[in-house]
Amino acid sequence: MGFMYIDDMKVEFENEKNILEVTRKIGIELPTLCYYSELSTYGACRMCMVENERGGFEAACSTLPREGMRIKTNTPALIKHRRMILELLLAAHCRDCTTCDKSGACRLQELALRYGVKSVRFEDHRQKKPLDTSSKSIVRDPNKCILCGDCVRVCREKQGLGILDFAYRGSKMRVMPAFDRCIADTDCVNCGQCAAVCPTGAITVKDETDIMWKYLNDPTKRVVVQVAPAVRVALGEQFGLPEGTNVMGKIVKALKMMGVDKVFDTVVSADMTVVEEAGEFLERVAAGGPFPMFTSCCPAWIKYAEIKHPELINKNISSCKSPMQMFGAVIDELYGNDSERELVSIAVMPCTAKKYEVSRPEFTRKDGKRIVELSLTTQELANMIKNAGIDFANLEEEFLDAPFDMGGSGAGVIFGVTGGVAEAVIRECAKDKTTAYIKEMREVGVRGKKSLKEAVINVDGREVRIAVVHGLKAAEDLIVSMNQGEAYYDIVEVMACPEGCIGGAGQPFALRPRRDKRAKALYRTDNDMSVKYSSKNPETVYVFDEVIKDRNHEMLHVHYHRNEK
Amino acid sequence: MEFDLKRIDEIIDACGCEAKNLITVLQNVQAELRYLPNEVMEHIAKRMDISVAKVFSVATFYENFSLNAKGEYVIKICDGTACHVRKSIPILTKVRELLELSEEKPTTDDMMFTVETVSCLGACGLAPVLTVNDKVFPAMTPEKAEQLIQDIKEGKIEC
Repeated sequence: MGFMYIDDMKVEFENEKNILEVTRKIGIELPTLCYYSELSTYGACRMCMVENERGGFEAACSTLPREGMRIKTNTPALIKHRRMILELLLAAHCRDCTTCDKSGACRLQELALRYGVKSVRFEDHRQKKPLDTSSKSIVRDPNKCILCGDCVRVCREKQGLGILDFAYRGSKMRVMPAFDRCIADTDCVNCGQCAAVCPTGAITVKDETDIMWKYLNDPTKRVVVQVAPAVRVALGEQFGLPEGTNVMGKIVKALKMMGVDKVFDTVVSADMTVVEEAGEFLERVAAGGPFPMFTSCCPAWIKYAEIKHPELINKNISSCKSPMQMFGAVIDELYGNDSERELVSIAVMPCTAKKYEVSRPEFTRKDGKRIVELSLTTQELANMIKNAGIDFANLEEEFLDAPFDMGGSGAGVIFGVTGGVAEAVIRECAKDKTTAYIKEMREVGVRGKKSLKEAVINVDGREVRIAVVHGLKAAEDLIVSMNQGEAYYDIVEVMACPEGCIGGAGQPFALRPRRDKRAKALYRTDNDMSVKYSSKNPETVYVFDEVIKDRNHEMLHVHYHRNEK
Repeated sequence: MEFDLKRIDEIIDACGCEAKNLITVLQNVQAELRYLPNEVMEHIAKRMDISVAKVFSVATFYENFSLNAKGEYVIKICDGTACHVRKSIPILTKVRELLELSEEKPTTDDMMFTVETVSCLGACGLAPVLTVNDKVFPAMTPEKAEQLIQDIKEGKIEC
C-alpha cells in the first residue's frame, strides 16, 4: 500500500507485483513484447522502460512500486529508446508483413506502428532458416523469432513440458527444441499455447482453410460441420461484437452461406459424452474403482498422459471419445455411406490439438478415411468468413440442421469452460434432479479460474471428491500429490488450455478479463437452455435409440494404442 | 554409439539429482566422455527431471561444453590480446596445417587431435601460450609447436 506518481498523477498502489500493473490500472498501456501477467517476468524486451526522477531508466515489468516514487512513461528519451529497440528487432526480422500469417495481430507490427518506426537502417545478414512444418498443429518460422521467450515460459510454466528453450548464446541465440529437432520429433502435445502467446509470426497455428474451400466447392462432397461450445463465445470478437457474445446463430448462417450442407452443434455430442461418462463413473462406483476417473475430452491431455503417465491410459482415464469424435462417429453413421455424395466431416474447434486428434489411427475408419476429416480453429473460421466477405456482425441468425436442431442441453454447453465437464457429469449422475441441486453444484467450487479447484459433493448419499485442473503443469502436480497419497479424488477433469477450451490456442488470443467474459457467456447460455440434463435432451434420446442402438462401446468409446507395439 | 549409462547415473547420483547441479553433472560427464553426446544429454534430462531442451540450452550456452566428439589431445591455442600481439596466429596456422585441420574441421580423422582457439588462458606473462589437455606450454613458436606435436605422436610427452 502506498502512493506513487505516474506522469505527475498521484496513484495509489496496493499489492501490484510491478509498476507495469500500476500503470495498467490507471489506463496507460506500456509497450511490452515479453510480458504476460500470467507467466513469470522475464524482462528481456526492455520496451516497458520508464524514466525515474533522476533521468534513469527502469524496466516497469521488473520494478516494484515504491512509496513516493516518481516515474514518467512517455518522455522523448523513452520514445527514442523504444524506437531503437524496435528498429534493431526489425533489422533481424523477416519483414514480409503482408504475407505473414500474423499480420494484423502481430505485437511487433503494432508497436512499430505505434512508435512510428519509419525506416530500418541496418541490413539483415542472417542466413534464412527453414520453416518447421512437421507439427500437425503449429508452424515454426525461426526467421520471425524475436527471442522474447514467451513460448519457452508458457510451455515450461503452464504445461510443464519445456519443449522449446533458448539455445546457443549472444548473436547466435535461437529458440528451438532440443538438438534443433523438428517439433514432431519432440514430446509436444499440440496444445498450441506457444502460438497463442507468440507476439510475432514465429509460431503460428497451421492454416488448413484452403483444404476446406476445396471441399466446399466440390459438388461430389457433402460437407457436414460441427461447432464446439467455446467457439460461439469468442468468434464475435473478430468482427467487432462485444466480448462474450454468443454468435452461434450467425455461425450457422455464415457456414451455410459458404456452402456447408449441414451444421450441427458439438454440444449435442457433449451430451452424449456426459451420458457415457456418467454411466462409466457409476459403473466404477459399483465396481469400487479404479479411481480417480480422469476426463478424456482434451486431446492434448490424452497425448500428455500417453507420454508421461502411460499407466493412466485405458485405465483411470475415461474410455469415452472426445465429443468431437463421438459426433464424428454419429455423422459417419448417418451420412458416411451415401454413394452419391461423399461425406466430409469437419469440426470447428477452439483447439489446435484437435488437428492432431483427427489424424490419430484410433479415429480412422477401416478404409483409411478419417472419421473427422479436418479440424479448423475458431480463428481459421473467422479468416474464412473474412475471405468470403460475409458481413458477420450484421448477419441474420440461422438455426441448426435436423435431426439435431435443438442444439443440446445446458450441461453440454459448459464443456467449453474449465469445470464444465465435471459439473455436467455430476449433474447427470445425481438422482436429485431438482433446481436446488443444480444451483448447489454451481457454488460447490468447480467453477472459477483457479488452476486447481477442489470440491466435495454429495451424490445420492456418496461423497464424491472432485478436482478440476487446467494447464498440464497443474495436472502433473495433482498426479504427483495423488501418487504420494496426499490427495484423493474420485473424478478429475483435466483441460490443457488456460481456463479450458475458452482459452484454447485456436481462439483469438485472450488474457484473463476476456476469458472471464467467454466463461460467463457459456454459463449464461446454460441458464437460458430449456434442457439442463444431457440425458433428458430429446436429441440424446434419439441418438441412443435410433443411431447408436447399443453399439455404445464401438461408436463412443476408444482404446488408445499409441504406446502399444 | 553406445554409452555406459550406468556410469552417467553414478555421476548424477554423486552430484545430486536436483536441477541446480546440472552444470556440475555436464562437466563431470564431459570429463569422462570428452564431449556431450545427444543420447547422454537426453538420459541426463530424464534422470534429473529437466526438459531436454533446457539441458541442450545449458550445454550450448557455455563455450566449454562440446557437442562433438573431441580428439584424445585437445590443443587450445590462446588468441587473447597478449598472445595475439606476440604472434599466436602463425602458431595456429602452423598447427592446423600440420594436422590438416581448419576452423570448420577441428578434429583429426583418427580422433587424436582437436585444435581450438581460446580467448585468454590467464597466462599472459607466458605469451604466446597453448595448452594440450591441461598442460601449459609457454612462449611458443611455430617451430616449437611442430616439435611438440611430433613428441606427442611419438609418445615422448605425456599430457
